[in-house]
Amino acid sequence: MVCLIAAEASLFAVFVVAYLYDIGKSLGGPSPGQVLDVPVLGTICLLSSSVTVALAVRALGRGAVGRAGAWLLATVLLGVVFLAGTAAEWSRLITRAGLTIGTNLFGTTFYALVGLHASHVIVGLIMLALLAVFAWSRALRPAHAERVELVSWYWHFVDAVWVVVLTVVYVIGR
Amino acid sequence: MSALAPTIAAPDGATARTGGLARAHEWVVTVDHKRLGVMYVVAGLAFFLIAGLEAGVMRWQLAGAGNTVVSPQVFNRLFTVHGTTMVFLVGIPIVFGFANYLVPLMIGARDLAFPRLNAFGFWAFLFGGCLLYFSFLAGEGLYGAGSAPDVGWFAYAPLTGRAFSPGNSTDYWNLSILVMGFGTVATSINLITTTLTMRCRGMTLGRMPLYVWMMLVVAGMTVLALPPLSAAQIMLLLDRFLGAHFFDTPAGGSAVMWQHFFWFFGHPEVYILMVPGFAMVSEIIPVFSRKVIFGYPMIVAASLAIGFLAMTVWAHHMFAVGMGAPLNSAFAASTMLIAVPTGIKIFNWVATMYGGRIRLATPMLFACAFLLQFLCAGLTGIILSVVPFNWQLTDSYFVVAHFHFVLVGALIFTVFGAIYYWFPKATGRLLSERLGRWHFWLFAVGFNLTFLPMHWLGMLGMPRRIYTYPADRGWDLWNLVATLGVPLQAAAIVVFLVNVAIALRRGEPAGDDPWDAWTLEWATTSPPPPYNFATAPVVESRRPLWDLKHPDDPDGPHE
Amino acid sequence: MHPAQRLLTLAVVPTPSMFAPVSTPAFAIRELSILVFAIVVAIFVVVAALTVYAIVRYRRRPGDDGREPPQVYGSAQIELAWTVVPFLIVVVLFLTTARYIFAIEGRAPAPGALEVTIVGHQWWWEIRYPGLGIVTANELHVPVSDPARPTPTFLTLQSADVIHSFWIPQLAGKTDVIPGKTNRSWIDPRTPGVYVGQCAEFCGLQHAGMLLRAIVHPQEEFDRWVAAQRTVAADVAAAHAGRDVFISLACINCHAVRGTPANGVFGPDLTHLMSRGTLGAGVAPNSRENLRAWVRDPAALKPGALMPSMQLSGDQLDQLIGYLVTLR
Repeated sequence: MVCLIAAEASLFAVFVVAYLYDIGKSLGGPSPGQVLDVPVLGTICLLSSSVTVALAVRALGRGAVGRAGAWLLATVLLGVVFLAGTAAEWSRLITRAGLTIGTNLFGTTFYALVGLHASHVIVGLIMLALLAVFAWSRALRPAHAERVELVSWYWHFVDAVWVVVLTVVYVIGR
Repeated sequence: MSALAPTIAAPDGATARTGGLARAHEWVVTVDHKRLGVMYVVAGLAFFLIAGLEAGVMRWQLAGAGNTVVSPQVFNRLFTVHGTTMVFLVGIPIVFGFANYLVPLMIGARDLAFPRLNAFGFWAFLFGGCLLYFSFLAGEGLYGAGSAPDVGWFAYAPLTGRAFSPGNSTDYWNLSILVMGFGTVATSINLITTTLTMRCRGMTLGRMPLYVWMMLVVAGMTVLALPPLSAAQIMLLLDRFLGAHFFDTPAGGSAVMWQHFFWFFGHPEVYILMVPGFAMVSEIIPVFSRKVIFGYPMIVAASLAIGFLAMTVWAHHMFAVGMGAPLNSAFAASTMLIAVPTGIKIFNWVATMYGGRIRLATPMLFACAFLLQFLCAGLTGIILSVVPFNWQLTDSYFVVAHFHFVLVGALIFTVFGAIYYWFPKATGRLLSERLGRWHFWLFAVGFNLTFLPMHWLGMLGMPRRIYTYPADRGWDLWNLVATLGVPLQAAAIVVFLVNVAIALRRGEPAGDDPWDAWTLEWATTSPPPPYNFATAPVVESRRPLWDLKHPDDPDGPHE
Repeated sequence: MHPAQRLLTLAVVPTPSMFAPVSTPAFAIRELSILVFAIVVAIFVVVAALTVYAIVRYRRRPGDDGREPPQVYGSAQIELAWTVVPFLIVVVLFLTTARYIFAIEGRAPAPGALEVTIVGHQWWWEIRYPGLGIVTANELHVPVSDPARPTPTFLTLQSADVIHSFWIPQLAGKTDVIPGKTNRSWIDPRTPGVYVGQCAEFCGLQHAGMLLRAIVHPQEEFDRWVAAQRTVAADVAAAHAGRDVFISLACINCHAVRGTPANGVFGPDLTHLMSRGTLGAGVAPNSRENLRAWVRDPAALKPGALMPSMQLSGDQLDQLIGYLVTLR
């Protein structure tokens, strides 16, 4: 999992570098300062979901499979709220601000970076949802705690990437 | 039988499947690292033949000024696919195929850590390769080389944008490599995990064979360097299909950014290809010199240094781009620096041979040629790192000569040496020494005849990637000489294939340890059983078989 | 015949060897290369000799008793030595390299120096002299530079489409021309003559057909060339029919001829077409017959050329060529 995270970090780093390099280079069209609002709710949910998934791992380690399942479900729900926020933001940007991936360099780098992150969130949510289902069906057992922890590491990574994206796009870029 | 120590039952003959289809099915569904390793190498060699044919056609065209063997369009497709094939469909599968086969055996493990992920990696590679070659059948049809990519193997933007590459040829390049990239990263994760967690008892990191160390470095580089290529390719896909502007210069995008991202992958990539060659000769040279490798800790340190430094030199492919004197100087410095650990290795290998009792069997012949040719390749690399000199030589035939000396003169030679060395382990049969010598000499002479003159052509002003050249440039003679090396190399490959075919049918039985070697793969049968070792080995030094053969003088106290 | 054209038809084009420099950057590179070769060849000879010696001297002899030779595991001193020495060589090489990088890249134009802007296109070179009001194609004309009192020419390098690379080895190292980026280079050729080069970065179908010529003139000859290039197109009465063909067809969409309504920018400026030595960026010598073949069907001389065949009738073609050859 460490190696996978390293590979993914390398992948994201390139998109981050592209974003940083292209700041201010758009030839026209909407600029970040004009159209971006900091996604506070989504960020709180996503970062809280790191806490809930850690709690799930701990619960499973102690043998409380049911409780672990509940925490996993909470994680998934928090992640879904985050995604919904992203979807709403994109909808607003496309329909009202007129910003698409082809509008200008900002649009290109923004949708690529945030979209790459969102796709990783989706993959993470699928894995966590499956684990929640396994917990509910009692297929998940305390012996699986280490493997579930590895999945939680992936989720923590996704959250850490979000912190970077938040800083680069919504703080530095604006 | 005690329940505490169950024996492993021998295969039950009654359940063994027979028949061609059943055997093929076994290979298709296998997750055994040895079978996957063989499949990788065989597939890689098949692509090697195809890419070699592509090269042969190009050399035929370039043998004289103004030849019209193929149209400019077809020639441009040929050099693009030749380069792409050799790097991604020959080099990568062969080096990872060998690692697949050897690493578990060398560390006394039963298989890789994730056997099914391993199989996924192989099939992702094969699919990507077939996708790339399917491009020849699309578009204009086979005679026009279909819709095969024609933008060069490093596909610079904005030539690859929709505006300058309409149609789907660039997409074939993009998607096939993207898919293969996932497989390669997966295999690297597998190798790292295996090496770090599945070594047999007694095998500390400091007792691993150098081959395993170097493949660990290679896997580490792959994990960090391949994703940037995937990232750049995703960006290119977004540009081409969703109208993004990453590399769209009229919209403010940056063509130079593609180069930075590509070479950030591309330079480690060539070390990913070359270091396995070092790994192979680090096993072959000691055995055929009858001496322990000289300076094991230093070679490990040098390998780690190379792995790290390889990530810092990428823009030496971009000295003519206009990055400015400070950046040019910085990358010149890092590139010259990486020559130090690389050169050290050559000294270690020669020092190993010094004072030995060298047996010039075929694997050792290839290793010796490697030493001289890699020396040449490394030195032309130093030449290229001298930035102003680079301004004349980059993008010319000098660079073509340099990287063919690295990838053929060094890597392919070590691969052939490795095949002769480990083929007996994998098949239980020895390859013919006589045919091996013919193979070696034909290839060595042909290779040097083709690629040595290219150094000179570059210095005479001949650029790369041209489908023809004017007759009054003074390049005709050396181009003709270079082409004359092609039939020799082709003949060498034919001899090699005949050698393999004969050996498979009636080669001399090899036994467990035909070369009197010292690492764990020689401690089991040839070929090894599916479970590799009947009992898990326990080692007490870097050369467990030396300890077994010389119980009065084990390695341990000397290390 | 125009003096430059005479020079071109008589000149034997030299092989564009980096070891036959005529301009300071190229001289500097050759000088540096000699030092680098000395170091590299010395290393090769020493290491290769040791290697071959080891192979030959320590071969297993027939009658060898099969015992293992003494096992030598390493030596800290030797390893230190062969780490430190290469490192020192690298330091020397780097310092020398850096000095040359800054010397060549750091050269700034003196006020009043000749400035040329070169724009790479698929697959030809646009060459403009902004200070002199001249636009031509594929041939770079510069005055010779006296080493005692140098008169270098400074180049501004741009691209109209994809990445190309401007390379005339005898004058200087190559510099890429990149869309969206402006690069700079300079030359100061000390010997009159014709020097060849070509595009050195793969740029598509006719990358091989993007040749370059630099014609270095003695100062007075250069001044005459400039004066001739600055005039508007000749107006020869007998060629009016051809000129009308030129203007009425789509030629003017891409080509410019100063002194006529034609001011297209996608193709080469044709005002002084016949003063150039080649057609199609070097694919054929510039003669009436070749010009006729080119205009009739550019792809026949240069497959994939972006200039379309205008599908002219024989008469139209003759008239048009009759006009074009007056554009000296």
